[in-house]
Parts: sequence; structure tokens; C-alpha cells
Amino acid sequence: MKTPIYFDYSATTPVDKRVAEKMCDCLTTEGNFGNPASSSHEFGWQAEAATDKARKDIADLINANPKEIVFTSGATESNNLAIKGVAHFYKKKGKHIVTCKTEHKAVLDSCRQLEREGYEITYLDPEDNGLIDLDKFKAALRDDTILVSIMHVNNEIGVIQDIKSIGEITRERKILFHVDAAQSAGKVPIDMDDLKVDLMSFSAHKIYGPKGIGALYVGRKPRVRLEAQMHGGGHERGMRSGTLATHQIVGMGEAFRLAKEEMAADNERIRMLRDRLLKGLDGIEETYINGDMEQRIPHNLNISFNFVEGESLIMALKELAVSSGSACTSASLEPSYVLRALGRNDELAHSSIRFSLGRFTTEEEIDFAIAKINDNIGKLRELSPLWEMFKDGIDLDSIEWTAH
Amino acid sequence: MAYSEKVIDHYENPRNVGSMDKDETNIGTGMVGAPACGDVMRLQIKVTDGGVIEDAKFKTYGCGSAIASSSLLTEWVKGKTLDEAAEIKNTAIAEELELPPVKIHCSVLAEDAIKAAIDDYKNKK
Repeated sequence: MKTPIYFDYSATTPVDKRVAEKMCDCLTTEGNFGNPASSSHEFGWQAEAATDKARKDIADLINANPKEIVFTSGATESNNLAIKGVAHFYKKKGKHIVTCKTEHKAVLDSCRQLEREGYEITYLDPEDNGLIDLDKFKAALRDDTILVSIMHVNNEIGVIQDIKSIGEITRERKILFHVDAAQSAGKVPIDMDDLKVDLMSFSAHKIYGPKGIGALYVGRKPRVRLEAQMHGGGHERGMRSGTLATHQIVGMGEAFRLAKEEMAADNERIRMLRDRLLKGLDGIEETYINGDMEQRIPHNLNISFNFVEGESLIMALKELAVSSGSACTSASLEPSYVLRALGRNDELAHSSIRFSLGRFTTEEEIDFAIAKINDNIGKLRELSPLWEMFKDGIDLDSIEWTAH
Repeated sequence: MAYSEKVIDHYENPRNVGSMDKDETNIGTGMVGAPACGDVMRLQIKVTDGGVIEDAKFKTYGCGSAIASSSLLTEWVKGKTLDEAAEIKNTAIAEELELPPVKIHCSVLAEDAIKAAIDDYKNKK
């Protein structure tokens, strides 16, 4: 077993070796290096055949039509294209958009930009478990609402939103529905025939494909129109210009094809590992799981160790590559906006650690992590004045702290 | 973020961790920061009748740099008079630990902690 151990699969994943091999075949003179848009010769035709196959493999994972897949540089670009593209195209219809406070920054910042352009955005508060209440959601919709953007699986806490029910509501009101599926594709079954979703963002590198490539599903029934954000040669039916990156696209296609084949088995194994980790941390008092435990992907465990600051815990767990909701490194000193939106107090947000597991996580690695965490929590709590006060029965809320 | 070797050393082998009885008249306690901000430092000093700090203890909730800043501070104040200890500047701590700009506030907190501990001691007199 090599350390540090990777427990940050929600940040990115290694490229699967089977994916990397396919990608390498699309680079050099001996390989499939042509421009898929070169329609006058064999090199172009071969490259186009490869990107067509990838497009089909991606569409197959979500039961969509390959014509509904638009390649982008990643989920951030897909989110930008979906939100700004729809807002700009339909601005005469209305200027109101509904989203949620726990969305990825690529969604929130795109919305902020639209606010500067004169659009109105409603940022919904999730419930304490991270999920959106459908009645509150319905109440936020207006006659001039043109778009709803809600993520499928949250990147920090792994909770799964009920996009099927949300889609039923938006379709009935003829409001377009965009879903950021960067964290759900390949982990949660997605059937575009069943879901009333108009636009969906995907990323390759979250499911063992390469970084720098993603896609936007743009529905055809009913037809969704977008104003392009990237102008040029009119690639991707005018929605996103730029030469198709054959090797990246082939990598994404293979990653999605493997995901379809292996998702069920991967999920079962990862759930077993997640449960093992959770059980191994059972003996530590004052821990809190962030986000709903049922409506959640098994890959994610976000847990707050009360009275221990997240960054110092990460430092103690240097053999484990994890991430924290604490933002001691940021100038603002503000902890995770996602955990705050759940109503978690700042202390617990500062004390949170996200473990994300994946295809290459082993039982041995989980057991190592359990031992390390158990060893170090005690040590850090011995150092913590808050822990001492808690143990002495002092209510920390009763103290007048000097905020700085 | 990469930490300096000195921060790692203090973090892994913190000096003078512990508590003293805050009700004793020869003990000064300074607690600064807030849980909501991600760091709380508690520094305690034991002062001789001659006004010299003979012992110091700390406990810190916070990042590695905050723990290291308070650990270093306890080493520095021991043997100093109250006036000398009050002269310790955050910049000296930041320099010694090679803190990056985003961690300067940890050294500021340490300076606040010693000042608060001295004030507490003096108020008891």
C-alpha cells in the first residue's frame, strides 16, 4: 500500500488505464490524429468516426440521442453555456432564474454574472439534510421564470436531489431545467427518457476520464435553444465552436462506456467500503455527518469532528489525501458555503472532512484511514481549548468570543 | 499548502500544552479568537512575585500555523518579564515560523493572546 492514500475522488479521479490507452491512439502520426471536421480525406473521416463513437457511448450512459451531446472543455463550461446560453436566448420571455445555494461555483458565478446583466436569481435554501423541499421550490417559480438549475449530486456532501420530481414541475410550467451532473454521471443511473431534464452538464475527469473535456446534453424534444458563448467555426451545431479534441473525446467516451458496464458493481463495493469507514469511526464522540445519509452516493462521506479544526486534522492525516470544508487558508476565513447553507454552525463547518472513495479504493486503505483518524482525533482534542471546555460542561455559545 | 519545517515541528511536537488553574492569582489567562472563525487560542502564564513569567501553557483550536504560533509563543515568554513579553510582535512570530501571507492572522492572534494573558494577570492584582 502506497501513501498518501487518495480519498479525494470527488475532486478528480485518475484516468483508467483502459481509457489512457485509447487516448494514446489518437495523437501521433501512427495514430488517429486527424481533425474530425476535415471532411475531404481519410484522416478526418477516421477522427470523426472516433468522436461519433464516443458521442454514442456518452449518450448511451444516460439513454439519450448522440445528437443531444455537445462537447465542451468540462462541466464548468457546460454550466456556463447552459445558464448564460439559455438566459440570453430566452431573455424576451423572462429574466428570472431559480437555483440553490449549494450549487457548484460554476453555476452560482454564472448566475451572479447574469444578475449584473439585469436578470433576477432566486437562490433556494436547502433543508438541513442538503435536499430541496419541493413545495418551497414550487413557491419560488414565477411566470417570468425561464430556467431552473439544480445539481444532481452535490460535490461536497454527496446528496442526491430529486431531479425527477423537479423536472415534472418545470416541464408542466414550460420552464427549462438544467442539471449539473458532474458528480452523478457514472455513479447514479440517469435515464433521459424518464427525466424531464432539458440540459445536463457532464465532466470526464470525475469518472476516470481525462481533465479538460466535458459535455452538455441539450434536449431535442422539446427543443432547447442556446446562444453560443464560444464563436468560431460553428462546431457542435453552432453551440460550441472549436476543433474537437479527438483524444480527449475518445477518452471521455471510453470512460463513460466503462462506467455503464461497471457502475453497479463499483457502487456495491464502494458502499461496502464507505460503511466500513463509517463503522470504524463509530467510537469517536461528537462527530456529525453532513448531508442526508439515505439520498446520498456511497462515494462520499462528509463528517465533522467537533472541536477539531479541519485544516489541522488534514495536517495530522498527512498520509490521507482528503479535503476540508474549513477555509482557514482563504483570506475571508469563511468555511464551506455548502455546509453553512445546511444551517451547520461555523464551528462544525470548520471541523469537516470530506472523504470521497472511488474505483481504486481498497479495504486495506480504509482500515489504515480508520486507524490514523482514531489516533489523531484524540491528540488534537487534547490540544483544543474548546474540547476542554466542552468536557467541563461549559456551553460554548454562552461565551462572548472576540471575532477577528 | 506547504508548511515550513518549523511549523511542522511545532505542530507535531507542540511545546507546553496544558492548563493551569485560571483562578489562581499568579496565573494570567488570555483566550482570543472565535470558533466561528476557525481558531481559538488560550494562553496561560504563571508569574513570579518579581513579575517574571516562570511558566506558560497553551491550548489551541485552529490550523497548524495557529498551533505552531502559540507553541512558539510559550517558549518565548518563559523567563521574560511581563514588560518584555508584552513587546513580542506578531511579525517576529511570523518571521520565525516563515508563515505565508494567508497565515499572518495566526501570529496576530498569538500576540493578542499574550497581551490578553498579561492584562488578565494585572487585573487580578
